[in-house]
Amino acid sequence: MDVLTENFSLYAKGFLGTLELTVYASLLALALGFVMASFRVAPIGSLRVVGAVWVNVLRNTPLTLLFFAVLLGLPRFGLVLPFQLFAVLALGCYTSAFICEVLRSGINTVPKGQGEAARSLGMSFTQTLGAVVLPQAFRSVIPPIGSTLIALAKNSAIAGAFSVTELLGTYKPLNEMGYSIIWTFVWIAVGYLIITLSISALFNVLEKRWGVAR
Amino acid sequence: MPFRGWIVCADLDTDKWAGQRMAVDPLIELRDVNKYYGNLHVLQDINLTVGRGEVVVVIGPSGSGKSTLCRVINRLETIESGSIVLDGHPLPDEGKELAGLRAEVGMVFQSFNLFAHKTVLANVSLAQTKVRKRKKEEADKRSRELLERVGLADQADKYPAQLSGGQQQRVAIARALAMNPQALLFDEPTSALDPEMINEVLEVMRRLAAEGMTMVVVTHEMGFARSAANRVVFMADGKIIEDRTPEAFFTAPESDRARDFLSKILKH
Repeated sequence: MDVLTENFSLYAKGFLGTLELTVYASLLALALGFVMASFRVAPIGSLRVVGAVWVNVLRNTPLTLLFFAVLLGLPRFGLVLPFQLFAVLALGCYTSAFICEVLRSGINTVPKGQGEAARSLGMSFTQTLGAVVLPQAFRSVIPPIGSTLIALAKNSAIAGAFSVTELLGTYKPLNEMGYSIIWTFVWIAVGYLIITLSISALFNVLEKRWGVAR
Repeated sequence: MPFRGWIVCADLDTDKWAGQRMAVDPLIELRDVNKYYGNLHVLQDINLTVGRGEVVVVIGPSGSGKSTLCRVINRLETIESGSIVLDGHPLPDEGKELAGLRAEVGMVFQSFNLFAHKTVLANVSLAQTKVRKRKKEEADKRSRELLERVGLADQADKYPAQLSGGQQQRVAIARALAMNPQALLFDEPTSALDPEMINEVLEVMRRLAAEGMTMVVVTHEMGFARSAANRVVFMADGKIIEDRTPEAFFTAPESDRARDFLSKILKH
């Protein structure tokens, strides 16, 4: 218990770091994943290719490698940003590939006739997707998107290795100060649980509110 | 019964029908249309003209290509060769223009395809606001009028799953009518319905026909074909075998294929 009370501000800083990474990267992943999922079901072939390449490159690259590529690679091309922003980029892009596939499988659960009916009424591809298909797909993708975002929260620990302030990284200074490694990690775990259980709770509410199969 | 255009025969004996064809105002024209599913030649050199105000019923055994014929008219299915002309405009490729033409041709599906996440009223109003750019109040007002017309004004706030099949199909017809289409395509509109619900849908369709709506109806309802159609198109194996008045078709079918088909379905 001492380790928490005596170093509360250190823990709080780390906790806030992880929270920020999770929230910003989630927003980026949801936005990018949405765009890429639209690309993957678009009637235009070149957009489908872009979507497929995006998903396959990012989903099949180890996240650590992606962090290296973004944090060390991009500055070489003259793009210098704060490390935290780089970490959000890496995490967000990586997770967007998974979000994209989740959304696409959700789109596939909507019967084909729904889209056909919308198109037969003269609605455009964007209108069909936005007003008819996605709102129905949304209901079935709530649980898997929750899982993906929880994974993102935990993946954010990798950013600590690239000198971004986050929760897992707090063990290093605490360890050097001589605190028990077990209690240090217990409180770190509690911090992660607070974030991941909050995501679970949020998605439970969303599912109750929207996930009704009519 | 109001004027409903002339009876035309698109691809049979030219001389016999030449006089009438001059007078017709063609709304839907299919010329030498061919479509394949892989190796399967589902539409073979289809020629069909539907005049404004005409009601054409397409019948035939399953797998004869009649549903596909219906679906190529608003390009839910693409064709390999031939041309489709709607109201003088060739059917364009995917895009804004195609969407514009689709709005002019309503479609009613076998499985209703009402938007499951929207109320009955929102189902009928959605495309009015999105495509016709009507204001929401204006669209809802028109939707309520149309629901009244199909006898479902009191169901406006329910969800599709809360309605019976026949009610859902009538909503689907109202939804198609809401766009003020020039023609309606019906793809087996009663095939998924319980027998006792078939009539309420056919009644709405009969009324539309009487009001002069241009209709292409794929159906197995021979009674409807007899009473409401100007022409019966009989299809088998991807070809149009006969294209005649219902009276002539049902009393004296010319082809063996049609005779065989009729003998099987009219027996019981």
